[in-house]
Amino acid sequence: MNAGPPAEPAPRGRHAAPPTASEDAPTRRGATTRAESRAGTGTDPRGAPDAAAKAARSDRARAEARLGWYLAGPAFVVMLAVTLYPILQAVYDSLFNYKLTAPDDRAFVGLNNYLVILSDPVWWKALWVTLLITVITVAIELVLGFALALVMHRAIKRLRGLLRTAILVPYGIITVVSAFAWFYAFDITSGYVNHWFDWVPGIGPDLNWFAQQGTSLFVIIASEVWKTTPFISLLLLAGLAQVPGDLEEAAKVDGATAWQRFTRVIVPNMKAAIMVAVLFRALDAFRIFDNVFIMTNGANGTEVLSLLAYRTSIGQLQIGMGSAISVLLFLCVVLICFVAIKLFKVDLAGARGEK
Amino acid sequence: MGSVLSTRAKIWWAVITVVVLVGSLFPVVSIFMTSFKGPSDINSGTFLPPRWSTDNYEQILATGGSAQELFLSALRNSIGISLIATVIAVVLATLCAYAIARLNFPGKRLILTTALGVSIFPVVSIVTPLFNLWRNIGLYDTWIGLIIPYLSLTLPISIWTLAAFFRQIPWELEQAAQVDGATPWQAFRKAIVPLAAPGVFTTALIAFFIAWNDFVYGISLTSTSAARPVPAALAFFTGASYFEEPTGAISAAAVVVTIPVVVLVVLFQRQIVSGLTQGAVKG
Repeated sequence: MNAGPPAEPAPRGRHAAPPTASEDAPTRRGATTRAESRAGTGTDPRGAPDAAAKAARSDRARAEARLGWYLAGPAFVVMLAVTLYPILQAVYDSLFNYKLTAPDDRAFVGLNNYLVILSDPVWWKALWVTLLITVITVAIELVLGFALALVMHRAIKRLRGLLRTAILVPYGIITVVSAFAWFYAFDITSGYVNHWFDWVPGIGPDLNWFAQQGTSLFVIIASEVWKTTPFISLLLLAGLAQVPGDLEEAAKVDGATAWQRFTRVIVPNMKAAIMVAVLFRALDAFRIFDNVFIMTNGANGTEVLSLLAYRTSIGQLQIGMGSAISVLLFLCVVLICFVAIKLFKVDLAGARGEK
Repeated sequence: MGSVLSTRAKIWWAVITVVVLVGSLFPVVSIFMTSFKGPSDINSGTFLPPRWSTDNYEQILATGGSAQELFLSALRNSIGISLIATVIAVVLATLCAYAIARLNFPGKRLILTTALGVSIFPVVSIVTPLFNLWRNIGLYDTWIGLIIPYLSLTLPISIWTLAAFFRQIPWELEQAAQVDGATPWQAFRKAIVPLAAPGVFTTALIAFFIAWNDFVYGISLTSTSAARPVPAALAFFTGASYFEEPTGAISAAAVVVTIPVVVLVVLFQRQIVSGLTQGAVKG
């Protein structure tokens, strides 16, 4: 992907051509060696070099490939071992009626666990709450994150460091700590929010935020937004940096207002970055766990899918059922990714600095 | 620089800065204040502690403090496990990212896609089978039992971040050094390593934050102070042995584990931002 289409018609005489300044080194290397390996396999339709050079080149390509896998292989194997293996195990376990409280009663039940889950309103409610949290947090974060990114982008040098440091603080803090901070602030016994905002209709000293679904979700979402907006704003800031400055300048000269420049020049030019930021945050929010666990532990209609999976398998030791939920959760994430990539044509690799 | 700005712009920037600062720091200040409330003031309903008390800190830090053993062992576990998971991830990711940035070999895209896939993997989906497996093979409630799954958090982001850093290194420098008479090793060490080191360091920092932040593995794969990390220990601080809810102790513990993070962020904000976004040379 890094060699990309521009590398395709690489002329054979390119070794002599001096590298142009605009091309970056890895791309050029990629172009060179890819063409070589193609020549080596003899499938290059644009005529093959003579046999000796061919052999030498394919030897080099093979040596390079071997070295590449020696270096990258361990990381690859570890990644597969820590994820692929457990998920396959989960798929297998999900086909059994398997409870650790009665391990000897383990029996093959096929897809029955899935049927039980999908016909249980608990699953659908958790899915609905999870989706609700995901959509709201991502929407708020996109707006806030954009505002922060623009602020950081425009800030004068002296302020930039300070602003950056400030917005990085939530990023670095443990989610559990942030959950406790928000929880204690809103808690009916230890909190001060009720006292501060008792002039707002509906808020009084006896408002128990964590006794109802709506108010609980409000605090959960607020803490999630606070904690993860930095991430989205940094991705957007990186996107902003890629918007060609002369385009903006030209729009300015042509008399475009700030808003027009934003919607017509800036946003279209960083569409990929926006899509990636949204997708990443959506997947992250979909897996929300820590804040919910700390603040309500799923009470009052705040149970999310991760919590449901955790409670079923580790809480109630129903490994079979819990595995089935884990697999369904995984499939949801895959589905979100798939839809996002198909629908928005997100080029994940491209926007993550891959080009 | 500042003199170019009009007074109105200056005021605007001041307001914006204050809003951002308050928004980012408020919850941290909030829990900081709670941590200094004594047992009798914890439910005072005020933001500032009516009387400043260090009782909570004595409880978790002083010898003989009622939650000291619990907190310090969790701190030890968190630091140890996160550091080891970070070192392993960064070493593996450095080799991997170097190969990706520098060499051409079939399967490059596969490796990057795998890293992406692993990073979007729901942790809860991995934890159920691991819980069962770890109990069977004796890794439940051990350091290794957490270090291995932590790699699923730290490795993918390390590979992506480092690959981005390494791509921006002008590798011609190495050739230039060789032309100037350096041996290949000297050229690599003198020209490339100094450019790569900041990226590796930043990646380590980011990976460490991520491991340090883990909660799901921490509560699922441990049961005692043998391996339980700080976030999980905070969640399971119980008021059972005290007369009141452990609000104060949790707040104090939260502040203690947050201070180092804030210091690291302040010291390395520039690197962290460039690590999370683009890469070393541009940053």
